[in-house]
Order: sequence, then C-alpha cells, then structure tokens
Amino acid sequence: MNILMYVFLAVGAVFNGLGAVALHRFPDVYTRLHGATKCTTFGSIFSILAVVVYGAARGGSVGTSMVIRAVLALVFLLLTNPTGSHALARAAHRAGIKPFRAVVDRLEEVGK
Amino acid sequence: MVRPGPCQSNLPWNRGLWGLICLDELKSVYWAPVRRVAELAATFALVFVVYLILTAFSGEIGLWSREELIGGAVVSILVALASFRLLWERGGWRLLNPLRWVMFLVYLVGPFLLAMAKANLDVAYRVITGRINPGIVRFNPGLKTDAGRTLLANSITLTPGTLTLDVDDETGDFYVHWINVRQVDPKPEDVCGVFPHWVKVVAE
Repeated sequence: MNILMYVFLAVGAVFNGLGAVALHRFPDVYTRLHGATKCTTFGSIFSILAVVVYGAARGGSVGTSMVIRAVLALVFLLLTNPTGSHALARAAHRAGIKPFRAVVDRLEEVGK
Repeated sequence: MVRPGPCQSNLPWNRGLWGLICLDELKSVYWAPVRRVAELAATFALVFVVYLILTAFSGEIGLWSREELIGGAVVSILVALASFRLLWERGGWRLLNPLRWVMFLVYLVGPFLLAMAKANLDVAYRVITGRINPGIVRFNPGLKTDAGRTLLANSITLTPGTLTLDVDDETGDFYVHWINVRQVDPKPEDVCGVFPHWVKVVAE
C-alpha cells in the first residue's frame, strides 16, 4: 500500500513539475494554458489517488470519509478545471490576444 | 394547444422512466408548469445528494449531524433556485437515465483516460523539446444538446494539446486551440478521436 501511494505521489509531482516548466517554455497565453492547466490536472489526479489509497488503507469512518471527499474533490477538479481554462482562453481571445505563430485562426475570421 | 409529438429517437435511453414515456414529450408547452416544478425539485435533489456525500460521517442521524442536514437543505434550495432554469435547457432530462451514467463511467475509465494519458505524454514531450505548431481550428461534431456540447468541450480541454475556445450556440461549431495543427480544416476525428461518438451515446 505504501509503495503504491509513493508511486502515485511521485507521478503526480512529476506532472505538476512539468506544468511549471511549461509555463516558462511556452510562448503565449494559450500554449501556457495547455501546460499549466492540464499537466497539473493529470498530476493532481495522481496526488488525489494517493490520498484515496491512504484513506482506504487506514479504514474506519475517518478513512472512508477521506476516500469519499478525495473522490469528490477529483470530480469537481475534472468539472471545473476545463471550464476555468476555457473561460481564461476565451477571455484572452476576446481581449484581442493573438495566438503566437498561429498556423490558422478560425475564431478571428468569424469575428467573435 | 401543442400536442406531444412522436418520439424522435428509438434508442432506449432517449425514453424516460425506463422506456415508459418519451422524454421529448416533456418539451412541449402542454407540460410547462409541471416541468418547472420538476426541474426545481430535481435540481434540489441533485445538489442535496452531493452535499450529503460530502458531509458523510458527521453525526448520528444516519451518517449526518442535524446541523449539516439543515445547512445542506438551505444551501441546496438557494443553489437550486439560482440554477434550475439553466440546467435543464436543451436535453438536460436525458441525463437522469441510469443507463447513461453507466455509459459515462465506461467512457471515463476507458477511451477518455487512455486519450488523456497519451496526450499528457505528448505535451510533456513538447514542453521539453519546445516543438509546437499552434493554431485555432474549427469543426462541427454535430451535437445538439447543451450537455453533449459541454461534455465534449470539457473532454477536449482536459486532454492536453487541445483547448476549447468557443462553441457556437446556434450551429454547434467548435473553435479549438490546437498545439500541433496537422490539418487546417480538420474533421472532428482528427482533433479529438473517438470522443464525439462516445459523447453522442452518453449525452444525446
């Protein structure tokens, strides 16, 4: 159980770290959103899974409520994270920020 | 007076109450007042259930304390009043069918998780090498309901490499920022693989 937990934590930390690196490496707001919101989502899924494993191993009402709340946190993360990054990206585009080196920009063409 | 029309779809999960009534009938003017109340009650029930799950193991009445039950009911009524008109527009009722929940879980742990893992590795590679070819593309997956569009938009956003910027309410066109544009005018399958097919099964 402990080993599984550490593996989940390590994978989570690696992907969260990649998200931070992406913030520095990518050139504009849209590509940074890719790295910062999604690598961190994937990383956080594994961090939460580690909590689930810990709660399940602990058992009892404390452990069970830990598992339930961690899973709910995961559900809300999966619901709100894409909604939030979509809102950020859309607001950026409406504010007139052009995607860096874009091959094509269909949204600009329809003028929304 | 508008009479309830014939059922649009023969798929078993487009019929409510386990196949007894046609969900499309609930759309008609005939049912408007009943529908309002039902919408409010269903929203309240959903919010309250989530609150109860969140606060399980807090006391003695069942698994909950009296304070949590009262507080949860008040919060749920407020949230339901604020959001019930938005929640069930354009096909929200279909989501109450348990068959769809099963399909949603299958979708979540199967193709979605696989695509997400693959795409994460792809973006990790791009983070390290800096090889990107970004652009905003447009495609139309042909989804009609709000729930279907939301599900697909969120799936696209959650898989790295693609980010939904906008969805046209009338035409259902998706505008997606794609980190590695392969076609300037892609088909839905080029951008998000099997997602549209699954979303139609789950939400439409």
